[in-house]
Amino acid sequence: MEPSSQPVIVVRDLKIGFGKLPVLKGLTLNLNTKENLVVLGKSGSGKSVLIKCIVRLLRSDSGTIDVMGERIGELNASDLAAMRMKIGFLFQSGALYDSMTIKENLAFPLKRIKRNLSSKQIDEKINEALENVGLSDTLDKMPSQLSGGMRKRASLARTIVVDPQIMLYDEPTTGLDPVTSDEISALINQIQEKYNTSSIIITHDIECARATADRMIMLKDGKVYMEGSLEDFETSSDELMQSFFKPKIKHQR
Amino acid sequence: MKHMKVIGPVLKRIPRLPNVKQQAIKLSENAIRKTEKVNQFFLEVGAFTLFFWLTFKATFSRDFEFREFLRQCYLVGNKTLPLITITGLVIGLVLTIQSRPILAEFGALSMLPNMVTLSIVKEMGPVVTALICAGKIGSGMGAELGSMKVTEQIDAMEVSSTNPIRFLVVPRVLAATFMIPILVLYADAFGIMGSWLGANIKGDVNFVLFTTQAFSSLGFSDLFPAIIKTFFFGAAIGFVGCFKGFTAGRGTRSVGIAANESVVMASMFVILIDLVAAQITDML
Ligand SMILES: Nc1ncnc2c1ncn2[C@@H]1O[C@H](COP(=O)(O)OP(=O)(O)OP(=O)(O)O)[C@@H](O)[C@H]1O
Ligand SMILES: [Mg+2]
Repeated sequence: MEPSSQPVIVVRDLKIGFGKLPVLKGLTLNLNTKENLVVLGKSGSGKSVLIKCIVRLLRSDSGTIDVMGERIGELNASDLAAMRMKIGFLFQSGALYDSMTIKENLAFPLKRIKRNLSSKQIDEKINEALENVGLSDTLDKMPSQLSGGMRKRASLARTIVVDPQIMLYDEPTTGLDPVTSDEISALINQIQEKYNTSSIIITHDIECARATADRMIMLKDGKVYMEGSLEDFETSSDELMQSFFKPKIKHQR
Repeated sequence: MKHMKVIGPVLKRIPRLPNVKQQAIKLSENAIRKTEKVNQFFLEVGAFTLFFWLTFKATFSRDFEFREFLRQCYLVGNKTLPLITITGLVIGLVLTIQSRPILAEFGALSMLPNMVTLSIVKEMGPVVTALICAGKIGSGMGAELGSMKVTEQIDAMEVSSTNPIRFLVVPRVLAATFMIPILVLYADAFGIMGSWLGANIKGDVNFVLFTTQAFSSLGFSDLFPAIIKTFFFGAAIGFVGCFKGFTAGRGTRSVGIAANESVVMASMFVILIDLVAAQITDML
């Protein structure tokens, strides 16, 4: 990893809460160009909230977010739409449109973001994306006909089909078997290589983190608790770090 | 707060009700709960107004989703047609059966077709059809959009640079606005047919004669306001269903709540619009 001078995402002192519950309390981070940044943190620590703020699905209470030099909070509707076209967002829940087939699900963002594609090109791109996640034969299925892991992969295909410059993955491998998980991790690296994407990868899956991370951060109490390389995290004596990285010992009877 | 997503940007500019300090919380939890309710109410009204404005704006923007509009028109008609057929027929039948003895008492039995037709076209047809649609279409839209909201499908649309109001709400509201008047006319027709059947129970009435007489008393001034108000019924039902779905909270329970509240609110709007329409027609 060669650290680039110009970060693609700069988050400064981000604060957001819901009702009386503060979730992020002054979070600061950079995402560098062509970098895979893995974000770790306990459930409920605000990882999903963080990336939703980056695409302005949630409005922060204070702090600033700059994406490719533009202040997200100050964009008007059309500029925001243009900005979002450059960002791929994988929802934790998948969020497939359940009234559409898998093919239509993938065509939906394609038709809206890459407006000058012919229908043949659209079909090609859809097939390629589905092949990448190993779902070529589900083209005409409805999301309800797929298993949970297949839905997750279809959703990943929908995210990558538009070749975004920035990828925000919310738990890309959760709920997948180890083989598929490895494939997805490889795919994430492949996308980064091929399109020079910069990615934030939220995950609890240490194998996925190992495979993809250029740099890691750990969220705790609404802030970045620790930042460093994979080795820094694995060798850390901190209790929270150890609980994530130490091999689990089976309980003695 | 559940409407935060939709109205977040605007709320940031509207001063909130005064923040109640820690001490006050101890002093009077009750009072706070009341202000929260008031707060909630104004939030809802604010969200409703904002949502209305956004929908209005999106309706007249470019890139109209015509295919989605046609699909929704089909669904609106398809979902309600059997129910409306039966209801129309039965209303005509029952009105006739029940009016007959009263009219006979006054020796005005010959007025039967006129009277029943008037009440079907002016009131029963529009209102009953609209209430059925509030139940069937309003709740359907509330549940559908509510589940899309809860499962983040609406968010997914937004990050695909698609305005979900333009893609989801506008076609639904317009479909309801244009289909419900048609359904009302359809129900009216079946109502008159039912009325003819009712008239035939006691006595032999020629269908052509019956309808000729029925329509003879039906003037433009009866028909026109009755049709105009059905457009408003349709718009209200579609809009309320979408609003409730769009502002659904988090968790699957919110889907049921959205569907349920859609029906309540849409029915209330239908009744209120009917009242206003009656007042306006009366003044003309
Ligand atoms: N739209 C919202 N409205 C209210 N509260 C929310 C909203 N989104 C998130 N929260 C709250 O914010 C906190 C952080 O949520 P978030 O989804 O970011 O957690 P997470 O770190 O992604 O956890 P997980 O690993 O389980 O996905 C939670 O307590 C959640 O209840
Ligand atoms: Mg999450």
